[in-house]
Amino acid sequence: MTPPSPGSWHWLDRAGLQLVVDALRRQGHRVIGPQVADGAIVLRDLASVTDLPTGWLDDQDGGSYRLRHDPTAGTFDHVVGPHSLKNFLFPARETVASFARDDGTWTQAPRSAAESPLAVLGVRGCDLAALAVQDRVFLGSGYVDEAYKARRERLFLVAVNCRRAAATCFCHSMGCGPSAGPVFDLALTEIGNRFACEVGSDHGAAVLAAASEAGAVLAACTASEIDAAGAVPRDLGSRMHARQTVNDTPSPRSLDTHGIRDLLMRNLEHPQWDEVASRCLSCTNCTLVCPTCFCSSVQEVADLSGDQVDRERHWASCFSLDHARMHGQSVRSSTASRYRQWLIHKFATWIDQFDTSGCTGCGRCITWCPVGIDVTREIAAIRATDGAAAPETGRGTS
Amino acid sequence: MNAKPRLAVFKFASCDGCQLQLLDAQDRLLELAGRVEIDHFLEASSRVVPGPYDMGLVEGSITTIEDEERIREVRRQCRFLVTIGACATAGGIQALRNWGRIDDFRAAIYATPETISTLATSTPIADHVPVDFELRGCPIDRGQLIDLLTAVLLGRKPHVPGHSVCVECKARGLVCVAVAKGIPCLGPVTQAGCGAICPAHDRECFGCFGPSESPNLVSLTGFYERRGTPRDSLMRLVRSFNAAAPAFRAESDRLEASE
Repeated sequence: MTPPSPGSWHWLDRAGLQLVVDALRRQGHRVIGPQVADGAIVLRDLASVTDLPTGWLDDQDGGSYRLRHDPTAGTFDHVVGPHSLKNFLFPARETVASFARDDGTWTQAPRSAAESPLAVLGVRGCDLAALAVQDRVFLGSGYVDEAYKARRERLFLVAVNCRRAAATCFCHSMGCGPSAGPVFDLALTEIGNRFACEVGSDHGAAVLAAASEAGAVLAACTASEIDAAGAVPRDLGSRMHARQTVNDTPSPRSLDTHGIRDLLMRNLEHPQWDEVASRCLSCTNCTLVCPTCFCSSVQEVADLSGDQVDRERHWASCFSLDHARMHGQSVRSSTASRYRQWLIHKFATWIDQFDTSGCTGCGRCITWCPVGIDVTREIAAIRATDGAAAPETGRGTS
Repeated sequence: MNAKPRLAVFKFASCDGCQLQLLDAQDRLLELAGRVEIDHFLEASSRVVPGPYDMGLVEGSITTIEDEERIREVRRQCRFLVTIGACATAGGIQALRNWGRIDDFRAAIYATPETISTLATSTPIADHVPVDFELRGCPIDRGQLIDLLTAVLLGRKPHVPGHSVCVECKARGLVCVAVAKGIPCLGPVTQAGCGAICPAHDRECFGCFGPSESPNLVSLTGFYERRGTPRDSLMRLVRSFNAAAPAFRAESDRLEASE
């Protein structure tokens, strides 16, 4: 057998995949994987590969997500659910520091013991791209987020190349999928009852070698098998570009990104912002399920005496009034101004700020919007009437 | 602050559930008792020390002529007045009477209706006297109550966000019952605070904490209606614990008028 090394491909069967999970756990990893729970495919601690959602498909559309059992479906023929890597690397709530006052002197408590390193199974191209975006935000801006960094550096990624797209997917438009990349430790392409496993890092090779030592059979893929595996996400990508119906799932969405930054920046007063505001709930769901949205707020939580204080960070959203509250009032009081802030940041000023789009085409904001607002349609509507100006509504910057 | 601040708790038309949140605070209540003088809390103790008080917590809505007079006296006795719960801040479930005829209710329920003296409406405290702060909920959230008391003691702003229940669902990693199960849920238009109790048990949000800071009910109910929920069911969903909160009242009236 060829020993695993970065760039090598090996066949893994289901038992072999379990041995990979076991090897990760022996190394001390907390292994997370997709599982069916509460009517969706969620990410949670994975006990066994038998808990993976084999035979389950997700039908997604604006404001709607339904699971469907299909005995012909593979283990990873679902796409993305409500959770993403963000839930684990940048958790919704986190105590970032603790302080105690004794006799008028404040002492900062030492940070709690290090968490187990994470290993996440089944990560798609869109979410790997989102990880790269969050890396820029938390690690690359000169203000390094130490908690994120600690988790990120020890993160082990078992990626999956998609072979099915949901109706809400548009990774192909954003250049973020459906192939897994650019960075992973191992990447799986499901073919028949087994997985063609590409090694993406030394750590990935070591884990695969450990699985092999424990009994996993790792036949090397032949050149033609590697070509066939590589064609799986490429063919899906072609069908997505052609907007073809894929199996029995309606055709995926798409987004014309040509000149998108300038398109949005010259349409700040477009009437579409008020139109979408008539539907938008300002409920924050789109931002919270977005795998790249990174806003947070910090508050001090004290006991009644004020002697014990925890500094807590929690997810924040540009759809809440508090997010833009300064000098006693919110500077974005209208829903139109908040929706515009979110969409323009995500698709335009993000590029100025981080040299990348903030959108990876995962489609979560469309599916999990309770009223199905579709960012691809909103942008298309603006493009279709480029230059339209709203009558003076008083929206202005607020 | 040299002397301990004096706290009073008052009850109007209500079920006592919000006061119970304070009684059930257990360790925190003992801690609180060490920092404030609890001088009027009939649910906990018959010991009553006359006012004025530094802070008054008011539970319940105004439903009788006597209540209308008593709340003015309570206001005079309290430097800082906080209403606790859906009854005190929006009129409560008993505000459903505002849509009916009080004489019909009186006759249907009481053997001697002529002995019942009551107002035709149930109204929130703020309709009668100025209120300094409102804690929402049916019942209120114990954590928010303790936070509010801590904030007053420490002289800081309370952590009581106006955003939707969805924020709490997503923070808990819950799967949205509206999107994944098609259950009409008021979470997107309801203020957070409960910790998303009902969605965590596979049920819709019933709006116990009242309207969120910028609720768009017309969009939400319209979407649910297009997905197949009858308008009458939506009207009754909106018209419940916070029926008389202005945003909810306007929407249930609109849904009823267009049925």
